Amino acid sequence: MHGRLKVKTTEEQAEAKRAEREQKLKLYREATEAIFQKRQEGQLDESVLELTSQILGANPDFATLWNCRREVLMRLETQKPPEEFAALVAAELGFLESCLRVNPKSYGTWHHRCWLLGRLPEPNWARELELCAKFLEADERNFHCWDYRRFVAQRAAVPPAEELAFTDSLITRNFSNYSSWHYRSCLLPKLQPLPDAQPPGRLPEDILLRELELVQNAFFTDPNDQSAWFYHRWLLGRADPQDAIRCLHVSRNEACLTVCFSRPIIVGPGIETVMLLVDESPLPVEWRTPDGKKRPNHVWLCDLPADSFNDQDSQHSFFLMWGDVQKECVLYKGRKESWCRDSATDEQLFRTELSVEKSTVLQSELESCKELQDLEPDNKWCLLTIILLMRALDPLVYEKDTLKYFQTLKVADPMRASYLDDLRSKFLMENHILKMEYAEVRVLDLSYKDLTVLCHLDQLLLVTHLNLSHNLLRSLPPALAMLRCLEVLQADGNAIETVEGVVNLPRLRELSLCDNCLQHPSVLQPLASCPKLSLLSLERNPLCQLEAAPEELRVLLPDVDRILT
Amino acid sequence: MADKLPSEFDVVVIGTGLPESIIAAACSRSGQSVLHVDSRSYYGGNWASFSFSGLLSWIKEYQEENNGEEWTAWQELILETEEGVALRKKDQTIQHVEVICYASQDSDEHVEEVGAVQKNPGSVTSASTNDPPDSMVTACSDTSELTTPLSEPEAAREVPDVDVTLGNENHGGDTDCSQSPLEQEKAGNLPVGEDVVDAPKKNRITYSQIVKEGRRFNIDLTSKLLYSRGLLIDLLIKSNVSRYAEFKNVTRILGYQEGNVLQVPCSRADVFNSKKLTMVEKRMLMKFLTFCLDYEQQPDEYKAYEECTFSEYLKTQKLTPNLQHFVLHSIAMTSEESTSTLDGLRETQNFLRCLGRYGNTPFLFPLYGQGELPQCFCRMCAVFGGTYCLSHAVQCLVVDKESGKCKAIIDHFGQRISAKYFIVEDSYLTEKTCSNVTYRQISRAVLITDQSVLKADSDQQISILTVPPVEPGSEAVRVVELCSSTMTCMKGTYLVHLTCPSSKKTAREDLESVVQKLFTPYAEAELENEELKKPNLLWALYFNMRDSSDISRECYNDLPSNVYVCCGPDGFLGNKNAVKQTGMYSCSMSSFWNSALPCAYKPTSGTTSSPKPSLILIFLLKFSQNTLDPSDTLLRNVFSRVLDLNSLSSATEMLWLFPPYLFSQGQHNSLHNRCLIKNC
Repeated sequence: MHGRLKVKTTEEQAEAKRAEREQKLKLYREATEAIFQKRQEGQLDESVLELTSQILGANPDFATLWNCRREVLMRLETQKPPEEFAALVAAELGFLESCLRVNPKSYGTWHHRCWLLGRLPEPNWARELELCAKFLEADERNFHCWDYRRFVAQRAAVPPAEELAFTDSLITRNFSNYSSWHYRSCLLPKLQPLPDAQPPGRLPEDILLRELELVQNAFFTDPNDQSAWFYHRWLLGRADPQDAIRCLHVSRNEACLTVCFSRPIIVGPGIETVMLLVDESPLPVEWRTPDGKKRPNHVWLCDLPADSFNDQDSQHSFFLMWGDVQKECVLYKGRKESWCRDSATDEQLFRTELSVEKSTVLQSELESCKELQDLEPDNKWCLLTIILLMRALDPLVYEKDTLKYFQTLKVADPMRASYLDDLRSKFLMENHILKMEYAEVRVLDLSYKDLTVLCHLDQLLLVTHLNLSHNLLRSLPPALAMLRCLEVLQADGNAIETVEGVVNLPRLRELSLCDNCLQHPSVLQPLASCPKLSLLSLERNPLCQLEAAPEELRVLLPDVDRILT
Repeated sequence: MADKLPSEFDVVVIGTGLPESIIAAACSRSGQSVLHVDSRSYYGGNWASFSFSGLLSWIKEYQEENNGEEWTAWQELILETEEGVALRKKDQTIQHVEVICYASQDSDEHVEEVGAVQKNPGSVTSASTNDPPDSMVTACSDTSELTTPLSEPEAAREVPDVDVTLGNENHGGDTDCSQSPLEQEKAGNLPVGEDVVDAPKKNRITYSQIVKEGRRFNIDLTSKLLYSRGLLIDLLIKSNVSRYAEFKNVTRILGYQEGNVLQVPCSRADVFNSKKLTMVEKRMLMKFLTFCLDYEQQPDEYKAYEECTFSEYLKTQKLTPNLQHFVLHSIAMTSEESTSTLDGLRETQNFLRCLGRYGNTPFLFPLYGQGELPQCFCRMCAVFGGTYCLSHAVQCLVVDKESGKCKAIIDHFGQRISAKYFIVEDSYLTEKTCSNVTYRQISRAVLITDQSVLKADSDQQISILTVPPVEPGSEAVRVVELCSSTMTCMKGTYLVHLTCPSSKKTAREDLESVVQKLFTPYAEAELENEELKKPNLLWALYFNMRDSSDISRECYNDLPSNVYVCCGPDGFLGNKNAVKQTGMYSCSMSSFWNSALPCAYKPTSGTTSSPKPSLILIFLLKFSQNTLDPSDTLLRNVFSRVLDLNSLSSATEMLWLFPPYLFSQGQHNSLHNRCLIKNC
């Protein structure tokens, strides 16, 4: 219908057109009213089918009328002899097809067809597949039809290989087709189920390599087409990590047990059940989050009753069970604290979402992306993929390169500069956490890194000293409350306005917030919940200009020994 | 032709080639009375297509000695005040016709074309193909061996009424070939054809099979394709003539490199699917092609190379030699030595713009052959009242001495038919008229083979292949290979057309080296290994055709001003030249009126009487042939008046009288209305 010139109309023609439209509108309204009246009177017979078909034939998006038809059909099914009803159904299928031709993207029509086919005793699935193929030939990106095809394929138990061949044929015609690529991602794992040991949703290597070649063809042909890049990312991605207890920490002084889960959860009866055994006997405890809010959180903690452990016994064992997973931690005599955790280095927690068993695959993908980048230096998809591949291969070795690519990428895609800054911050934090764990220390220095956000704070449960000075942070976020062992926190030279995260930190002694944007003493209210805070540096903040500031601070934080302003 | 023709028409058109037929249709459509004659017994002149037997009789005709006989009777039929411009009695545009048969002639039965309609039994000579001592027969030496029953040429048969597929954009080229049920039935009844498809190796095709199945062939004298955004397609759609024809998309663009035939990826989907290109090559090619699509927007990219040839420019781009070759020869289809950067970019752009309109290549081929097209326009002319006479020769044009204008023709019966305007195809003009004209020649070869030059999953491929010049100075050869579903050849065979501008003496000398590169003569093939296969040659025809395009009107002697000359087919792939010369060049009238006319004729104040439609037509003819004489006061006055019509409605009214404008009314939209999913 493109390229048709609009014909200028004279007054007369316009008038005639208006009259015609009015006439149509009148008919439309009359038919609608008649239908609703019949429906109200429960007069659900073939006349309703006839009336609704008049309107739906012109406007298939009238959902209520489809419901009407459904009611009629359901009633007629009980009243009519089977042969007559079969004829009705055949007519209905033909009618649906004509409606789809009016509007191939009508939700109501496709849905009605699903409903109808689902009710038939012997649906002709082959014919439905053919119908889908035809509509997809007319518009290969009609996702309504793709949805319907998946429904049909599933009901008809079409072998995944056949459906895969179908997506092949459409991708061959035009590879800018999210639906087709997406369908592949659903079909491929079904094609050749992996042995149980493998994480679900992954592909055997030969299929993976074949798909990678296909998708490479696409992005070398047209690197600005997103669909191929997204599929590429799915191919190199991995399934969601399995549930795990990442860390279990017991502190004798605070009589507190802290757990870090692999995903944010809410611990509580009926939601996520967690069972704690102390010295092999169950101990009922009250779970809470570090910030006191009952929201999904990585970290949960509980107070241990004083009688559950003492210094006389040689050791106490703490055993935590969460669904199928468990973790044990033993507190020996004379020790103030004890923990057991999965290290980020062993588990490769940070290798972004890209991860393939064989790094050679990643390596060769990196090579070809670099080749493409030589030809298309400004292609953002290519640059981003290079960064992700480097992360997946070895975050530390490629650190410098990654940062360089981030620079180029920010220039190439200025609209997403902030997103890229955040991503870069995340990667840098991951690298430093890795380095810290390799060094087996509990001190993390993140100063002068241009960080814009703080990520992976759940991994920092054991950190005692954290330096965040001279970054671009604008707040100390609530998640910071997860750092249960933190004693010294430096965050000078940022743009911090709020400190919500510095709350309930049992061991925090020193906090330095010089050269920030704290406007008023009241924003420091959360600090009052940190019992051991004794030194607070606030020099060169706007609040220092306020005359009443020192007094207000003393009132607000009476337990802090020294407040430097 | 017993019935006497009316003695007066508005327009007399002599010759039924494509440009003459377009003009005839336009005149008839705009209400002129048209007489359209051709001295040949078939439509199309050098644009015709023939069945196999039709072609054989055509060959025979041109191999006969030409005695140079001229018309003389007319001299007694003209008046004192008149002069005659004699027309040619026998066509001389075809030379050096050579036929070589490679297929074995194993049958000693009387072989006849199945279903040949012998409308003209008087001219039929029943001859047999006796078993010749040699398996190879050169028709030049012994023509009688090859004569088969003559029949009314295939080209003259009724065009089946079929669904129009033009305008149905971007909807796969493969779906639009529908054999008529009758034809399918016939094919099913012919065990010969079937066997060939099932086991081409075992059941070799013999010459007698070709003759028997001769009706399956529609062999074009002129091998052309339609650019899917070309002028001819526009014209076919706007005039609604497209409903008389069916088209198939060319399926492959092929290239020839280092002795191998390769498929050239040219669309985005091709590049994506190509197994021959490396990833990097894919990117390079796509990048370059994307640039070419709107190269004018980025002059910095090519400004520095405007003085160079296109091939040198390509070397400066990030393209591997492989890709340079593809772009130069198969996409731009330009010459390595002489094409300038700008011309090359323009050709590439043209190619790319045509991609995707009807399918994955830029070209369409009319089913049943190129010869269908002139016939479709003739049909349009006839529908609107045009009078048709084939086998109707014209002795001379009668020119009024005083006015210098042509006023009538005298036909071969001696009947005088007067008209206001005369359209004559160049081949009808005598040596006297054309003594100052130098013609170029086109070398042509028509081959029947048993396999495609590049085998693929499907054996129904339509391919165009450009074979670059072997030595510097010689010309690239254009090869168009047609499969049987184009309705131009029998099942199990391919019809291959070779075309190039002549540089040597005969077509065979020009083309035989390329034929040998691509094909194996049938007899030799028996000995060869089945694996390393070139297609086998079954039959070959070589001839030279005169190229009368681009001849300035001034070169013709003593041509009255109301006689217009149309040229025969040129050597190019597209039909641009044929359409352009008909004055339909600017079918989009708005641009024509806005750009062209005001420059030529400034509006002056005057009356608003409408010019005669014929005058407008003639104006356009003159305009497009660059023969517009600024001192032509009649035309000048007429068009001053047209342009003076400032009010839109009356100007529109005026345009209604004008053929191309008429063509663009109404029907256009109805074509678009045929929705994509009509087959659902």
